[in-house]
Amino acid sequence: MANNYSAEYEKTSDALPGQSLDWLKVIRADAFKCFSDKGFPSLREEEWRYTNVAAIEKKLFTPQFNVEVNEIDKELLQNYQLDGVFTIVLVNGRVSLEHSNLEGLSDNISVLSMVDALDQKPELVEKYLAQAVNDKEHSFVAFNTAWFSDGLFIHVQANQVIEKPIQLLHIVTQADLLATTRSIVVVDEMAEASIIETYVGVENVYLTAAVTEVFVGKNAVLTLYKMQSEGDKAYHFGGIYVKQDKESRFTHHNFSFGGLLARNDIHTDLNVASECDLNGLFLGVKRQHIDNHTRINHAQPHAMSRELYKGVLNQRARGVFQGRVIVAEDAQQTNSEMNNRNLLLSNDAEVDTKPQLEIYADDVKCAHGVTVGQLDEKSVFYLQSRCLDEKTARNILTFAFANEMVDKIKVESLHEKLLLQLLQRFPQEGVEKSWL
Amino acid sequence: MLSIENLHASVGDTSILKGVNLQINPGEVHAIMGPNGAGKSTLSHVLSGKPGYIVTEGKVIYKGQNLLEMEPELRARAGVFLAFQYPVEIPGVSNIYLLKAALNAIRKHNGLEEVDAMDFLTLVKDKIKLLQMDEKFLYRAVNEGFSGGEKKRNEILQAAILEPALCMLDETDSGLDIDALKIVADGVNSLRSEDRSFLMITHYQRLLDYIKPDFVHVLAHGKIVKSGGAELALELEAKGYQWVEGQAA
Repeated sequence: MANNYSAEYEKTSDALPGQSLDWLKVIRADAFKCFSDKGFPSLREEEWRYTNVAAIEKKLFTPQFNVEVNEIDKELLQNYQLDGVFTIVLVNGRVSLEHSNLEGLSDNISVLSMVDALDQKPELVEKYLAQAVNDKEHSFVAFNTAWFSDGLFIHVQANQVIEKPIQLLHIVTQADLLATTRSIVVVDEMAEASIIETYVGVENVYLTAAVTEVFVGKNAVLTLYKMQSEGDKAYHFGGIYVKQDKESRFTHHNFSFGGLLARNDIHTDLNVASECDLNGLFLGVKRQHIDNHTRINHAQPHAMSRELYKGVLNQRARGVFQGRVIVAEDAQQTNSEMNNRNLLLSNDAEVDTKPQLEIYADDVKCAHGVTVGQLDEKSVFYLQSRCLDEKTARNILTFAFANEMVDKIKVESLHEKLLLQLLQRFPQEGVEKSWL
Repeated sequence: MLSIENLHASVGDTSILKGVNLQINPGEVHAIMGPNGAGKSTLSHVLSGKPGYIVTEGKVIYKGQNLLEMEPELRARAGVFLAFQYPVEIPGVSNIYLLKAALNAIRKHNGLEEVDAMDFLTLVKDKIKLLQMDEKFLYRAVNEGFSGGEKKRNEILQAAILEPALCMLDETDSGLDIDALKIVADGVNSLRSEDRSFLMITHYQRLLDYIKPDFVHVLAHGKIVKSGGAELALELEAKGYQWVEGQAA
């Protein structure tokens, strides 16, 4: 089934980082076995029933371990490098320090490439790697564990507050490339940080398979942003797996704009009195397929989760939202709210939405809501009655629908970039950037 | 300014307006009163061009134009304004943006250039004081999370900035406490001028204590059954709608 990948793995695995570490060798070998036994996910699996990955199987994407940095599409890089943040650039799945900018970053925050981390602090990587997610989760995770070529290891020490966000800018510059990165983010007790994952690439077919494991310490705060603006023909699989300690707060903003096929997995395990906010906006045009899977695991009491995902789909685009909230028997006093709102702008657009609440505790407050629809005609008329023509009114309302999610972003340069992405993807007539 | 002749309108198979005649001259304030279900709101909806109504008979001439043939936005640009009974919330669109976009659409319609940003801000800040609203309302999403009273004040703020020739107020007094009612009424009164007309739709006489109409009409069963001066409202308050409904029968 995944034979061509298996054969390729035999050829290239020696070049993977950390192959001198016995423990990692075992982990990779197990992961590879897990992947080659199962192959890529099939439509028969409940979690994959709306997303067909057969095209990836048919092709062979291969890693390039010796990527010349001068091959970087400089324009693409400059276009997505945000102002007012620390930036680390990953080119074709490898950290490129040459293009990164960590000037002024406090010594109490360690930012290492995964290659360097495995070299310099292997015991620390061992402590966290594959602890927030299991290879059995699905084949792309196993695939990632077996293949990862680099990534980031970010460790924010206790009580530290990073004043600026750290941007991880993933860029793919070549066709048929496999970019497999594994990152680990550890935010210790009482620390506070924000990280922006950005995925961009050339207008060619390539595959991104990224996994980020996150550990938010006791009473720590982490905000993680993801802006997925891959090239139009790209395949993107990105998983974020979070373990939250007591009283921690995790916020995720998931902006999924690019790629031909994109799948986002966001899972978080909540501890006592911790909080999470999962926000998402997916915009699909043409034949894009964007799949979002979230899982919020209320394993302990007094935790709170809020989730809002919005989708806007035009032309023949297809969106998927599967959100699971699991409230364990012990997780009393859980407070959870999940919402998914979708706007379909054409008759051929489609969204499959499936909120799932699994509640085993009895003293909880859980709510969920889903809407799939067109623009509210009352609002269209209201704007017309305020002098705007119908087309402008519809454009404005479409932007406004999406803008609710962009508006939550307080990092100025990211906010600006997200607005531009919105403007590029939808009819602009009558819409001024100034009001967004 | 506005001439309504034998207006019949229905929603689906239900006939609601059954021959309304009304003449509004510049500067006049007309109040339309009537029991629930009489067709008061329908009249304002039909005049503003809300979809879903079928005009089966009659005509409406506004400033020499056939109003019913105009798209809603063209009516608005030509100076017909409706303050909604239930203004919709529009998350993601800021109040100030809508005001500016609307004002510029009118200016463009009238062959004027877009409003200067500073002039606009001065104008808006001036008008917002009139309605005793906090400036922060300008930067909030249109009506989102506004109280009932705040929504109504916001409608009048829009009117104050867009300066319509015909201002229709649909149940603007409903859901307002007395303080909010006074503020709204003061706002409306400040807009009164010899070339601006008002069509106020209300169920209760209370609003008319604060905005004194030149004419009061009673709409019942889809027709205007009685017209008179401001004193008619008081008489209605005393005798109830059954009095006129009985007369009409």
